[in-house]
Parts: sequence; structure tokens; C-alpha cells
Amino acid sequence: MIDVKYSLMLILVMGAVTQLLRFLPFAVFSRGTPRPILYLGNVLPPAIMAMLVVYCLKNTSFTGPAHGIPEIVSALLVVVLHKWKHNTLLSIVSGTVCYMLFVQVLF
Amino acid sequence: MNRQTIKYSFLSTIPVMAGYLVLGIGFGILLHDKGYSFWWAVLMSVAIYAGSMQYVGVGLLAGHGSLLTAAFMTLMVNARHVFYGVSMVEKYRDTGAARPYLIYGLTDETYSLVCDPCLPEGIRKKDYYFWVTLMDQSYWVLGSFLGGLLGSVIPFNTNGIDFSMTALFVVIMVEQWEKNKQHIPAVLGIAVTVICLAVFGVSNFLIPSMIGITAGLFVLKGVITKEEADHD
Repeated sequence: MIDVKYSLMLILVMGAVTQLLRFLPFAVFSRGTPRPILYLGNVLPPAIMAMLVVYCLKNTSFTGPAHGIPEIVSALLVVVLHKWKHNTLLSIVSGTVCYMLFVQVLF
Repeated sequence: MNRQTIKYSFLSTIPVMAGYLVLGIGFGILLHDKGYSFWWAVLMSVAIYAGSMQYVGVGLLAGHGSLLTAAFMTLMVNARHVFYGVSMVEKYRDTGAARPYLIYGLTDETYSLVCDPCLPEGIRKKDYYFWVTLMDQSYWVLGSFLGGLLGSVIPFNTNGIDFSMTALFVVIMVEQWEKNKQHIPAVLGIAVTVICLAVFGVSNFLIPSMIGITAGLFVLKGVITKEEADHD
């Protein structure tokens, strides 16, 4: 049986902490943004996007049977297609289909 | 508000739609397996709205974790959102009534679409922010709902479809690479994260990476700003 009261409390706590973290910088810098934060706002996006790419690929196993080939080939396909065609949807669908074929059919 | 804005926002969010529907369905199924009906999945997707944390939350609910554990886990898993906020403070400053909603809905994927958009002529940034945030959350809520409803009866093999999220981040990285005059932040981001992954392991590397990246960006501030000025 589900403990309704406990479950609601737990969800409330997770929601409150998540939103606290999201609103914090906006509350702290509401009056004006100090220069170091302005600088970070400019240079953080590319650095964090690079971090998220690594984060997505964090479970890639180079020693397993596939040696990381599905991830590497699919990601490279996305890079090459996007450099060439600049079509976001095409790049993403091709990369994803490529990866799905790898993990479902080949490995 | 015009149709062109809505259409452009929708097209931008399609990759997120693929990822969120699949991950949302996965989340709903998992929660359903623990005895929670689809309403719980929808409730969590509205009250928490943070993908990876909701997956962790399923484990906490099932294992009867304490409220304190839940608070600390959330703090650790979602601390990166502070960094998203920091880089959006200026961009969200004049967004009016939509602002609280934009902040509430600033997930990883929404951040990736709003942090540095190259918008075509005629599309107002604040409208784009709003529609992207709203659409992304709709996909996530819909996915959770469907997953909770379907239980474990999924008709086709979706194994590997979550790569769409990786592909989305790669595409955005390529676009930022081409747009920016210098690439120190991107290279630093990769280097620091890979090192932290090796040192701290798969489950603990995100926070050290963010701290390392921020520190690195300040250490290299002179070089980064100089290179930008040289290219102007």
C-alpha cells in the first residue's frame, strides 16, 4: 500500500529544494548583476554544454563488447551532418537512429 | 505573440520532445511499477519538474527514504541548476509576468534551448523563452502521464532512443562553436569534466566539474576576454 501522506511530503520536499535552487540566483542578483556574474553568463553556456555532452556519454564503456563505438560513431555523425547541413532535426534524428541500430541490431 | 514565434519555438523543441516523451514514459512506467498510479507521475512532473531527480525520487519513495535524505539528494542532483540561473539572470530580467514560470521551468534541456539562441528576424526573445519552456514541460508531463497509464506495456523497442538528448547537446555545442570567436570555454568544459569523471567517478563528478569550470573560467578570464577583443 502507498503511504499517501508520506509520499506527498517527500514529493513536496524534492520540489521545494529543486525550485529553491532554480530561484536562488535570480533572487540574489535581482537588483543588478555584478560584473563577474555578467562574465560568467557569457562564457558559461559553451562550457556547460560541453559538460552536458560528457555527462550524457558518461556510461560509455570502452572496455565492453562495443568499445564505445556506438556512442563515438553516432556523435561524430551528428557533428559532421550538422557542420554540413545545419539542419538540427536531420542531425538529431540521424544520430539517434544510428545509435539505436547499433545497440539493437549490432551489439 | 504570433504564429511564426509559436512555429519556430515548436520546431526548436522537437528534439526535446523526443527525449522528454521517452524519458517521461520511462519515469511513469517505473513509478507505476512501485504501485503509484499515473496521477502521481503527473504530480511529480509538475511539483518537481527535474528529470533525473524524479528518477531518483522513485527510488526514495519505494525505499521509504527520509525527508532529510530526499532534501540532500535533491540538493546534490540539482545543484547544477544554480549555474543555469546564474547565466540566465540578465536574459530573463525583462520577461515580465512569465518570469517566475521561466525560472521554474529551467531544466537542462530548456536551458540548452534558451541559453544562447540565434533567433531569426521577427521573433521576440521573451516569447520564444515562454513557448519553449511551456512546450518542453508539456512533453514531460504528457510522457509521465502516458508512462503511468501504460504501465509496462510498451509496443516497440525504444532501446537507445534516449541518445536524442545527447545528439541535441552535441548539435548545440557545434552551433556555439561556430558562433563564438574563441573556444577556450568549450575546451575547458570538456577537459575539466573528463578529468572529474575520471577522478570522482560516474555518480559524483557533476558538482566538482561545475566548480572546476567556474574556477577555470575565472583563472583564464584575462586570456578569454583578450582573445575576444582581438577578434573584434
